[in-house]
Amino acid sequence: MSFTSALRCRECKREYPLDPIYVCDFCFGPLEVVYDYEAMRQALSREKIERGPLSVWRYADLLPCEGEPVDICAGFTPLLKAGRLGEELGLRHLYLKNDCANPTWSFKDRVVTVAATKAREFGFGTLACASTGNLANSVAAHAARAGLEAIVFIPSDLERGKIVGSAIYGPTLVAVDGSYDEVNRLCSELAGKYPWAFVNVNMRPYYAEGSKTLGYEVAEQLGWRAPDHCIVPMASGSLYVKIWKGLQELAKLRLIDSVHTKMSGAQAAGCSPIVSAWEAGTPNIRPVRPHTIAKSLAIGNPADGYYALQVMAESGGFGVAVSDEEVVEGIQLLARAEGIFAETAGGVVISGLKRLVEAGRLGRDEVVVAFITGAGLKTQEAVTEALSPPLHVQPTIASFEQALGERSGVGTQRTADRAS
Amino acid sequence: MAVTVRIPTPLRKLTNDQETVSANESRSLAELIDALEEQHPGLKERLCDETGELRRFVNIYVNGEDVRFLSGLQTPIEAGAEVSIVPAVAGGTGEAAD
Repeated sequence: MSFTSALRCRECKREYPLDPIYVCDFCFGPLEVVYDYEAMRQALSREKIERGPLSVWRYADLLPCEGEPVDICAGFTPLLKAGRLGEELGLRHLYLKNDCANPTWSFKDRVVTVAATKAREFGFGTLACASTGNLANSVAAHAARAGLEAIVFIPSDLERGKIVGSAIYGPTLVAVDGSYDEVNRLCSELAGKYPWAFVNVNMRPYYAEGSKTLGYEVAEQLGWRAPDHCIVPMASGSLYVKIWKGLQELAKLRLIDSVHTKMSGAQAAGCSPIVSAWEAGTPNIRPVRPHTIAKSLAIGNPADGYYALQVMAESGGFGVAVSDEEVVEGIQLLARAEGIFAETAGGVVISGLKRLVEAGRLGRDEVVVAFITGAGLKTQEAVTEALSPPLHVQPTIASFEQALGERSGVGTQRTADRAS
Repeated sequence: MAVTVRIPTPLRKLTNDQETVSANESRSLAELIDALEEQHPGLKERLCDETGELRRFVNIYVNGEDVRFLSGLQTPIEAGAEVSIVPAVAGGTGEAAD
């Protein structure tokens, strides 16, 4: 049983029943789940959470669901100390939250497991979404697991890995000739017409709560403390905002001490409406037309941008935007230093972090967590050209040594050293 | 030819549950909103704040284009245009961070 009592408008505070609705009838403000934190505090303890399943459902008491979860084991992904990358960047306590290790290889499994569970509670037969790819993968997978129909809408120019990664689960896959923002608008209109659970439209108040679990996990994995600094990729801004909310909730429930985490957000320069507004010091987000290889972050009209700016100001974090070249460099740096192959959003985060360190925005001794939200095999197109092709050899030692010598000159030398 | 205006679910109480309503072409979106207010009293208040600007969480599209890429409230609404009113789908931080 959850500790939810109602939905409430973030802006005008009008309350609504816990229904599949998402905007305030009056002011169009977003609706949010209201929790009874007092009752939650009585019921929760670190020990109770630690005894729970190794998934987001160890935090079930902090989520807005009643029914049996639609569960493919999202969450409780590794938090790795990044010694080599930290040394490269000049950070002594850098950690990577590796959400590539989710069932459909991105953090979206966290939000979709909650949305799918809620959709089943409400009695929907179809799960739907507007997606830049990762969400479509996760919706299709969770619908399969739950025995629900899935209909997912994506921009038609997506990376192959993200298209295959949805199609395999057997959804109705709709490739829209248009940007993500256009796909999103279409879905917002369809949600008013069809009786489907659009996870990021009419399920959004519940769906978005799933992202809080990234904040919970990082705090738990650090030994029940909040990090000093988080760096998070921003598309709509929802993930960034909800990680902050997760940390704040743990403090409110006295599961951790008060939170002094600086929240920094990274975008690709070809689509950085939130960072641009932060740099200009205005709360008004100006939408942009995205031009970036970081397609998972290519949201030109970020719905949660306004709240992301509030969190950035409140927490004292920074906005940072990086070029497409830096995205590719960031992906390679992470892979070569730590053995983690991230998608483009991970490249944005790592290069953004590098920039913040170079600008003196992070202290060497801060506990820093970089959020790696999706796996690189989905966006191979972004890095293929930057990589060396394999050495092509005949199955002979001579052929191998010749090829190795041509490539670097170092390998044959090493062979010779050992032979002598 | 008239202008078609697509009404989102939260506003359909004001339009007798009609998904679309018709209006005349207008010199600007602001004028169109005034005309809609005449037909469906209460609509303007939902779309615009006290200063007359579009509310933060309201997106309006003319022929599929976000009016913020056009001329905002001054965008001309030509005959045959399709206007969509679409609420933004945001989340927020909730009271935990208040």
